[in-house]
Amino acid sequence: MSGHSELTTGPLEYRSHEDRMTVLGFWLFLGAEIALFATLFATYAVLFGRTADAPTPQELFEMPMALTMTFLLLTSSFTCGIAIHEMRRGSLKGLLTWLIITLALGLGFLGFEIYEFVHYAHEGATLQSSAYWSSFFVLTGTHGAHVTLGICWAVLLIIQLKKRGLNQMTARKTFVLGLYWHFLDVIWIFLFTSVYLIGMVV
Amino acid sequence: MSAENEKFPKQHIVGFLGSLVLTLAAAWAVVGSGLPTHWIIISIMVMAVVQAFIQLFMFMHLTEKNGSIQVGNMLHAFFIAAVIIAGSVWTMSFGFSHNHSDNGGGGEEMQMEEQEHNH
Repeated sequence: MSGHSELTTGPLEYRSHEDRMTVLGFWLFLGAEIALFATLFATYAVLFGRTADAPTPQELFEMPMALTMTFLLLTSSFTCGIAIHEMRRGSLKGLLTWLIITLALGLGFLGFEIYEFVHYAHEGATLQSSAYWSSFFVLTGTHGAHVTLGICWAVLLIIQLKKRGLNQMTARKTFVLGLYWHFLDVIWIFLFTSVYLIGMVV
Repeated sequence: MSAENEKFPKQHIVGFLGSLVLTLAAAWAVVGSGLPTHWIIISIMVMAVVQAFIQLFMFMHLTEKNGSIQVGNMLHAFFIAAVIIAGSVWTMSFGFSHNHSDNGGGGEEMQMEEQEHNH
């Protein structure tokens, strides 16, 4: 294993013991996040079909919309991976470029999600409409709030990278942000599959 | 580690293409495959899990440094998630579908038996 020593080679974010522990700690946090989303998915699954007088998901969900959001977030996860790849090659310019592309795709996703929520509200499906729509908006809204937080985090990090350049601290912070961003896509894969796709077939 | 210094991020591109194919396959399964509903649900959930593993192993460097603890932690988290979701659905739907036809009074044991046959 990595041991307790300070390293002089390898990726910047793993050089110090503290930074290695920070990355491990963030993985533990992501484990807790999975448990959080599991409770929301469970609530959604239990309340599935309890739409009362509100429209049903089959009436409102549209494949082009769901696929567009999926591709935006999936591509942003990919570009974020490329950003970390550039960081490990020591290229600050490459890192910033791909991070900004990631940010733009994330904003695109968020824009579509807000449009989607407004559209559903116009069709008569809001948080108050029925048990089903409450669980839907809490589940997708919690994910959307995470994306919003990730975007703010990335903006702050880009400012810091521009001011301080690439060092052990900024590399570790960027790597952790990368983990968070990929994790948002992991959650979205399950949202797309079990909410949108299953909502269209059942 | 040497792979990290390459100019061409091969692993990321393979993972990205794999994710795109899996997403399109899942969408096709829903819209165009015409399979029975439960087969659609099983197949798209399997594809979602595969995609999650692509993210974890090909994008998120899960196995680096404290890899064994991180892998163990993720497996534990997935186990907890499965217990929460499957457990909630099972508990909350227990006997639900039989309530309509049953007139009560002595019917409870039959419900239990029917449930067990179903699983």
